[in-house]
Amino acid sequence: MSPLLRFMTSRTWLVALAALLVLVAINWYLQPNLMTPRVVRSNLSVFLPVALVAIGQTYVILAGDIDLSVGAIVSLVNVIVVSLIASFGGDVPGILGAMAIGVGVGIACGLVNGFLVAVLRLQSIVSTFATGIVFGALALLVMPTAGGSVPSVYWRSYGGTLGGVPVIYWIYGVSLLMVAFIAARPFFKHLAAVGGHRAASFQTGLPTTRIRIGAYALCGLFSAFAALCLTGETASGDPLLGQALALSSILAVVVGGTALAGGRGSAFGSILGAIVVGTISNVVFFARPPFEYQTLIEGAITLAALAGGVLVARGRRTQ
Amino acid sequence: MSTALIRNPLVLAFLSILVILAAGEIISPGFARGDQISKLLTVSAILGIVAAGQCLVVIGGREGIDLSVGVMISLGAVLAGNVMSGSNGAIAPAFLVAGGATFLIGIVNGLGVTFLRIPPLVMTLGMTGVVQGGLTVITRGIPSGNAAPALMSFVNEPLFLGLPGILFIWALIGVLMWFLLRRTDLGYAIYAMGSNERAATLVGVPVRFIRVLLYGLSGLFAGITGVLVIGYTGNSFVSVGDQYMLLSIIAVVIGGVSLNGGTGNYFGVMLGAIALTLLQSVLTTLQLESWGRQLTFGVVLVLLMLLYGRSKRQRV
Repeated sequence: MSPLLRFMTSRTWLVALAALLVLVAINWYLQPNLMTPRVVRSNLSVFLPVALVAIGQTYVILAGDIDLSVGAIVSLVNVIVVSLIASFGGDVPGILGAMAIGVGVGIACGLVNGFLVAVLRLQSIVSTFATGIVFGALALLVMPTAGGSVPSVYWRSYGGTLGGVPVIYWIYGVSLLMVAFIAARPFFKHLAAVGGHRAASFQTGLPTTRIRIGAYALCGLFSAFAALCLTGETASGDPLLGQALALSSILAVVVGGTALAGGRGSAFGSILGAIVVGTISNVVFFARPPFEYQTLIEGAITLAALAGGVLVARGRRTQ
Repeated sequence: MSTALIRNPLVLAFLSILVILAAGEIISPGFARGDQISKLLTVSAILGIVAAGQCLVVIGGREGIDLSVGVMISLGAVLAGNVMSGSNGAIAPAFLVAGGATFLIGIVNGLGVTFLRIPPLVMTLGMTGVVQGGLTVITRGIPSGNAAPALMSFVNEPLFLGLPGILFIWALIGVLMWFLLRRTDLGYAIYAMGSNERAATLVGVPVRFIRVLLYGLSGLFAGITGVLVIGYTGNSFVSVGDQYMLLSIIAVVIGGVSLNGGTGNYFGVMLGAIALTLLQSVLTTLQLESWGRQLTFGVVLVLLMLLYGRSKRQRV
């Protein structure tokens, strides 16, 4: 195999990147102001929560499982953080404390999922659907209806700049660093091993149970990050905030070239996948098809992108 | 022997039904009355019929699952409502149009899964978006169409022995599913490919053809369910089927069908559908806050799965 081909086949996200470039070109043609800093920033801040959840979802999927409860985790963390900030009095230490607790809640939810799936050996699709119901119920307990608000310092900082660079770009940057850090750890190789050949990795002595729990905990962590961002975006609490995120994160992961069967893929691809899925929406919107055809066209392009992501992930498998 | 009996999913599902019924009767006397039970069975039938298709797809293996049944139910309901527009003469065409459309959508799912080898979860999730779009095109977001009176009374009113007609349809489907799975070559082929696709291919089972057919059947059952749903409610709305998507999978799992494929039968799924419906209904009569109802539902689901939804332990 030529070095170029090897480079390409070992990076399943390249096709997502190619799709993204094409989509951005079309989007730019349809929406001439696309590349102005303001529009780029607003688009990227819309894509950020899905991208964060998709990063977490990637680790779970790499290990051969799936997490349908991420949307409920996002809602739960959102209402907990908003309520805690209010009860802590709304000053900066209180806000930071509430955010830390929110992150802890996200990780705890992930640990519960990991326990059910890896220790009690429940099937991940149905058990994370059930835990999603439970987390959603807890969110309703904390805050029965949408409401509350966070102090302006929270959403002003989220929407503001730090050192001249918008805060959301810092969040993208830090997330990319975390993704790179995790990808460089042995843990990441173990994840892929557990997802690709679970029996073999068990037989070679990998702690498969602990690895799968770790993946769910990471997923809970990144879902909590997404919740903190959404809280900055909406500046209030909503027990149903995350509803659509489970399915859209899976879309992003698959479009990003991660194999749903586990074992192959990257969280970087999922970030690209989230941006691709979001850009598809934008392109369809700015192409101005008849109103009633918008969802259909969006659905068809998304299905094509999904098929593309799957074929890429598999193309590598047959090498 | 006795533990084998307790481990039997059919026995477990049946016991859970009795427990939930008893709980319902204690919480609100009259819960287990005959006419109440017939109402609950009607709701169970709707879930049970869509779960029939889901069950076939799951038994057929290769991580078989159909996430598009929810939108296909909605599509079936909208199509049937528009074909019937309240006229009794158009009931048969309504079934044909709704079932035909969703059968074809299912076939497309099956083709994507077998020939493009897209994982079923991804293919049917993607198809969900497409069908959703199709629904918007048909309805322009405004619900339209309504059920024929004869269909509504068939679903809601006692027909024979005090039971509505839909229950006899469900029983018929139960017998047909049993016959298909246990008394035909096709049925054995479905189990064979579900437990070991390679072996099934090597002994000459037309695995691809059967898998496409299974997704088609799942679509067909969803379409029929859609017609029955509009018969139950009278008119349709665009998201009428959404709730059935994951419920049908749960009914399959607590009915003792492993999501790994190759095992289980439809009687278990029928009992699973009844248990789920009863559970939801008991929780409604409990007059809890919505969080309490949801929390109990989630916890009971986990407990039910712990009883028999577990995978095998890893061994060296």
